[in-house]
Amino acid sequence: MQFYADNAGLFWDAFLTTLGMSVLAGLLAVVLGTLLAAFRVSPILPLRGLATFYVETFRNTPLTVVFFFIIFGLPQIDFVIGFFPGSVLAVGLYTAAFVCEAVRSGINSVSPGQAEAARALGLTFGQSLRQVVLPQAFRTVVPPLGNVLIAMVKNTSIAAGFSVSELSSLLPRLVNANAGELVLVLVGVVACYMVITLPAALALNRIERRVAILR
Amino acid sequence: MRTTRNLAALAALGLALSACASEAGNQATESAENTAEVQEDVEFDAGTTMAELNEAGAITIGTKFDQPGFGLLNPDGVPEGFDVEIGKLIAAELGIAAEEIEWVETVSANREPFIQNGQVDMVIATYTINDARKQLVDFAGPYYLAGQDIMVAAGNPEGIQGPDDLAGKNVCSVEGSTPAQNIRDNYPEATLTLFDVYSKCADALTNGQVQAVTTDNVILTGLVAGNPEGFELVGNPFTEEPYGIGLTLGDTDFRNFVNDVLEESFENGSWADAWDRTAGAITGEEAPEPPQVDRY
Repeated sequence: MQFYADNAGLFWDAFLTTLGMSVLAGLLAVVLGTLLAAFRVSPILPLRGLATFYVETFRNTPLTVVFFFIIFGLPQIDFVIGFFPGSVLAVGLYTAAFVCEAVRSGINSVSPGQAEAARALGLTFGQSLRQVVLPQAFRTVVPPLGNVLIAMVKNTSIAAGFSVSELSSLLPRLVNANAGELVLVLVGVVACYMVITLPAALALNRIERRVAILR
Repeated sequence: MRTTRNLAALAALGLALSACASEAGNQATESAENTAEVQEDVEFDAGTTMAELNEAGAITIGTKFDQPGFGLLNPDGVPEGFDVEIGKLIAAELGIAAEEIEWVETVSANREPFIQNGQVDMVIATYTINDARKQLVDFAGPYYLAGQDIMVAAGNPEGIQGPDDLAGKNVCSVEGSTPAQNIRDNYPEATLTLFDVYSKCADALTNGQVQAVTTDNVILTGLVAGNPEGFELVGNPFTEEPYGIGLTLGDTDFRNFVNDVLEESFENGSWADAWDRTAGAITGEEAPEPPQVDRY
């Protein structure tokens, strides 16, 4: 207990960093991912092509490589971005590809009759997507979206290798300073991650039950 | 159509990435020939670690795999460097040939657990002797005295002469390392940028994201040798880092044995010879005076 009391400040700062990164990157991923999903089902070919290109690029690139590209690659073309914003961007852009595919699977699960009926009533493509298809689609994508977001929280740990003092960066730092307390360090870091992911999982369960629809 | 589009994306990405690949990462060390003569007939008291290892004819040594001049994995998958040569010297005195040594990568954060759990028989990995670590493992040596120094962009545009000049600057090091903690504790006005490996510090210095890189001078020398046009060493060490060999706590017989081997290598020139073939080949510097072994 003494060990945790001594290092409470470090744990707290690192926890806030991980939480902040998760929230910001999560927002970016959900907004961008939904937009991309809309592009992928849109009737306009260039938009479909663009979104498909984005998804296939990011989904098939290791996240570490995305980090390298943003943190060390972009400065070479004189676009310098801070380590924290750069990490949020890397995780957010990467996760958006997975969010897009989850949302698209939801859109595909809405029966085509719904969209056809909306169009028959005179709604535009955007209106029918926003008011008819997406509200139904989001209900079915809560579980897969939850998976994607929980994986994203853990993926933020890669930022430890890119000068962001988040939870995983405590491992080498505290182990070096307290070589005998390896297990305590590990338990503390895992516990901090769970403080973020477990409530998120519970909340998602709640939402899933609340919005469940009978077909 | 889809295939060509994806291929074009890959090509663009690959091009961008190869541009940022670090010079420091791919410097090849001169292949070092092992000259240590393996002792054929050595007798050790039964029950000692030396007897066990001699009997087994094999030893497991932890070293770094990413430190040019000290321990760097070559393309054949064999580590080479000064630490590796010291390991071969000790193994030879135990009657174990260099080919029978199993090398295990140890990084700064896992050296104590590896020794404590018996995953390695010894650790020779730019391992600074300090009091906190002495509580957990035993140290033979030191076999080399390093010091914390600073690396800057060529020409030293910021005019950094020592650690006091780091105030207000972005300084790069590795999380969990002693040099990083030293900056935190003693030079809090410097802004630390902490990666997991030093090669990223080199990239960040090239990009201008940091103005200085600080760690043990021998590590920095390796980075400078990888990109002499881009970097230079300030050359003003401000700490003393005695490198020791980490052994199981309380195995005094083994520690005395390793200390004897080290002292012998200091005297018969095999220590200086090992330096010349490894770290010395990179820096072009003569072997320094061997340090005094500390039999604490």
